[in-house]
Amino acid sequence: MGAGHAHKLYRHGHSPVHALPPHCKIAAVFCFVLIVVSTPREAVWAFGLYAVLIAAVAGVARIPAGFLLKRLLIEVPFVAFAVLMPFVAEGPRVQVGWLSLSVSGLWGAWNILAKGTLGVAASVLLASTTELRELLLGLQRLRMPPLLVQIASFMIRYGDVITDEMRRMRIARLSRGFEARGVRHWGVLAKSAGALFIRSYERGERVHLAMVSRGYTGTMPVLSDAAAGRAQWTRAALLPLSALAVCLLGWTL
Amino acid sequence: MHVPDGFINAPVSAATGALAATAVAVSLRGARRELAGTGQGGGGAERTAPLAGLVAAFIFAVQMLNFPVAAGTSGHLLGGALAAILVGPYTGVLCVSVVLLMQGVLFADGGLTALGVNITDMAIVTTVVAYALFRGLVKVLPRRRRSVTVASFVAALVSVPAAAVAFTGMYALGGTADVSIGKVFTAMVGVHVLIGMGEAVITALTVGAVMAVRPDLVYGARGLARPLELRTSPLTAPASAPASAPAPAAAAEPVPATAAKPVTPTPAAAPRRSVRKVWLAGLAAALVCAGGISYYASASPDGLEKVAHDQGIDKNTKKHATEDSPLAGYSVKDIGNARLAGGLAGVIGVGATLAVGTGVFVVLRRRKAEGAAPAAGVAGERA
Repeated sequence: MGAGHAHKLYRHGHSPVHALPPHCKIAAVFCFVLIVVSTPREAVWAFGLYAVLIAAVAGVARIPAGFLLKRLLIEVPFVAFAVLMPFVAEGPRVQVGWLSLSVSGLWGAWNILAKGTLGVAASVLLASTTELRELLLGLQRLRMPPLLVQIASFMIRYGDVITDEMRRMRIARLSRGFEARGVRHWGVLAKSAGALFIRSYERGERVHLAMVSRGYTGTMPVLSDAAAGRAQWTRAALLPLSALAVCLLGWTL
Repeated sequence: MHVPDGFINAPVSAATGALAATAVAVSLRGARRELAGTGQGGGGAERTAPLAGLVAAFIFAVQMLNFPVAAGTSGHLLGGALAAILVGPYTGVLCVSVVLLMQGVLFADGGLTALGVNITDMAIVTTVVAYALFRGLVKVLPRRRRSVTVASFVAALVSVPAAAVAFTGMYALGGTADVSIGKVFTAMVGVHVLIGMGEAVITALTVGAVMAVRPDLVYGARGLARPLELRTSPLTAPASAPASAPAPAAAAEPVPATAAKPVTPTPAAAPRRSVRKVWLAGLAAALVCAGGISYYASASPDGLEKVAHDQGIDKNTKKHATEDSPLAGYSVKDIGNARLAGGLAGVIGVGATLAVGTGVFVVLRRRKAEGAAPAAGVAGERA
């Protein structure tokens, strides 16, 4: 389970951003998003500066822009919501071409688009510069309950196994000539889901027994507890601190 | 429905974050209890992590299973209700929360600051609502496998719109967009009632599939399984006839494997649930739903009425024939408080439906009884 399980979201590299301890990065990203969210939406230029900051971090981490932009697509459903907003919101209306749009709706759409996109970009940067296991270790060092970290790590570890099992079931269905076309075929798919649940649960029982037979008592041993030094914290704090300066400017100007 | 950053303002995000953290802490405790009891060996707290982790992986995978609806479109399971029914409410909350956390951190699906909102909405509300409804229904319905399926259908059906209502509530408290609550409510609940239908069908089918193979794994149906009954043919029984005297008591309890004495099949040893009790409970539930929920729901006009009002369509419509009926527009006349009137109308409606339904039932029953009686009667007259 060790090597070879790097997830597709991670992009291997040796940049200064990759080298930072994971908990510093998580804290920095969280603070950054918090600051972005609390910026007034009227300060349009502030969001531009945030985007520049994100782009700078991506440059330092040597993440290509195309990779970042492709991962931003996850936001699309809410973009659709934001696009609708100027049409349904209340308040005074403004005429743009032949469309009558609500002013506050436009502001709301801008607010969601800007803050949501920046938040997604920041998390994408975090996920693409930090390995999964490190991410979980970082969460544990940030005082997330160890049991929760264990559950999450089991989920990540066996996520691929379970997904593969589902894929095999799909291939088995296909090779028997089944093709789900509509609501009438839900019964078959639901039976697959039920079988998948039973297999996952039973696999959990087997994993537990295997672990117990190797001396597991409910806690995972800590292999490396490298605390972050002051220099590393300072480097990680560069992003949120500069964002904080922008945010304060946004409130005062 | 993953809420991104900046959609809900900071105070509400922080409050829901605290709520989510508390709920996750509580369910960490509860999950140990839920996962410890099953299976052979019955390990302790150390079973929690592998089992909950694998269930979370299952939910993550099953959300990728596409269910085609019609040409081109397809939906997928949300999984809150399914998790609650299959592994219990605490483990359910825990697993869905972990899935949301990982989706937020890894896939950037749902904002980091909106994590509390997302967990409260999609993990806590769906799971708790679904499980409460499920337990209630299973208690009320007859103890059969089918009623578990029905109960999971209803639980999943209600859980999705309930999450939409919760989302609207959070939006009302801290939404950053300037869209009226009524519109958000109508849109969210309208869409999610449809989604809930699909969720309900899939959840019920999936629970049914698991029930057919491993009924002991379905947490919500754990108390329902009949204890195994040891039956021997009457030919071999006589030798130990005196020993089988306490049979009625033994039949009601799980028969220990060591004390495998031949138990003669005793009919009606299991306590028959009185129909009257079920009937009364159902009536109470219907009245509460009609009276209580319409008390809240009837305050705003429904989607169609609202659209009609906005577009000015309703100016042209003719007056409805029963406009002057005392229940017109689902509210009782001459009662000032609109909500109270709505609730009262709901209660009266349930009463009327019940009266008609019972009437039909009684008539059918009498006819059936009459069908059997004449044969005897005619025979009597002939004699």
